[in-house]
Amino acid sequence: MRPGIPRTSFYLQNVNWFKYASPQNFYGLAGKLAPWFAIAAALLTITGLYIGFFLAPTDAQQGEAYRIIFIHVPAAWMSMLIYLVMAVWAGIGFVLNTRLSSMMASALAPTGAMFTFIALITGSAWGKPTWGTWWVWDARLTSELILLFLYLGFISLQAAIDDPRRADKAGALLALLGVVNIPIIYFSVKWWNTLHQGASVSLTSGPTMATTMLTGMLVMTFALWSYSIAAALARVRCIILERESRTVWVGELRELSARAA
Amino acid sequence: MDNMNWTNCSDFFAMGGYGLYVWGSYLVTAAAIAVELMSLRGRRRTIRLRLTRMRDRK
Repeated sequence: MRPGIPRTSFYLQNVNWFKYASPQNFYGLAGKLAPWFAIAAALLTITGLYIGFFLAPTDAQQGEAYRIIFIHVPAAWMSMLIYLVMAVWAGIGFVLNTRLSSMMASALAPTGAMFTFIALITGSAWGKPTWGTWWVWDARLTSELILLFLYLGFISLQAAIDDPRRADKAGALLALLGVVNIPIIYFSVKWWNTLHQGASVSLTSGPTMATTMLTGMLVMTFALWSYSIAAALARVRCIILERESRTVWVGELRELSARAA
Repeated sequence: MDNMNWTNCSDFFAMGGYGLYVWGSYLVTAAAIAVELMSLRGRRRTIRLRLTRMRDRK
């Protein structure tokens, strides 16, 4: 037992906690994990849509139009969640100057922007039959649109700066500033009490939805979680290769020598 | 497990008259995800090509 180290289990003493903070190690880990998340996403999506379209009953007021909920709500949740995760990674990268954290933030942005776009479009397609309009300057819709601009701003800001490290810093500042928009979106329906209905599913109160409808929506939420993880891991691998292209370990990557195409 | 909702295919696609909106939404979602997957594949191919060219030049 080495002196000075408190009596902890063998595992705690010898594990290198920062093993996967290095882009090289994380490249391998992400490569192994991403396919599994992709498969999980596919299976969960099929299950979720089956529940949503074949098991869930017709809605009393909206008839069949409500079935958009199985993609609209999960996508909207993802758009907010991904922004928070992106801001956390950007913040960590900014504070600790760890390259991989900032790479992860850049990897998440496009997927988050896509889900924001999907939430806006599916919401609008849901609003037309039920509210009678494609768009209204409602508190929630407007703050979600601002979220989309924040994502696009983050992506284009980083693309505009050549030096990756400076782009990371600039992006981190924008991401952290934009975090204030997330609670605004979430609570907008309560604070401004506008056209968009309130939360039928919230952490505090019980869900006010039929169980099969709720189950379908939750399964789709996990499907989009798995998809986002797979997409972000795949994109961070590309970013790692792009930024570390001149390193020795990238030079020796087996898979590159396999075929030129 | 017979499904309780749809008597036949056309009923399913009609979606209670809201077919345009429901299937429009799912089409847009599928298209957005397809675009992202293609962009990911393209990005991966581009960097791999660049790396193999860098290696051949060495």
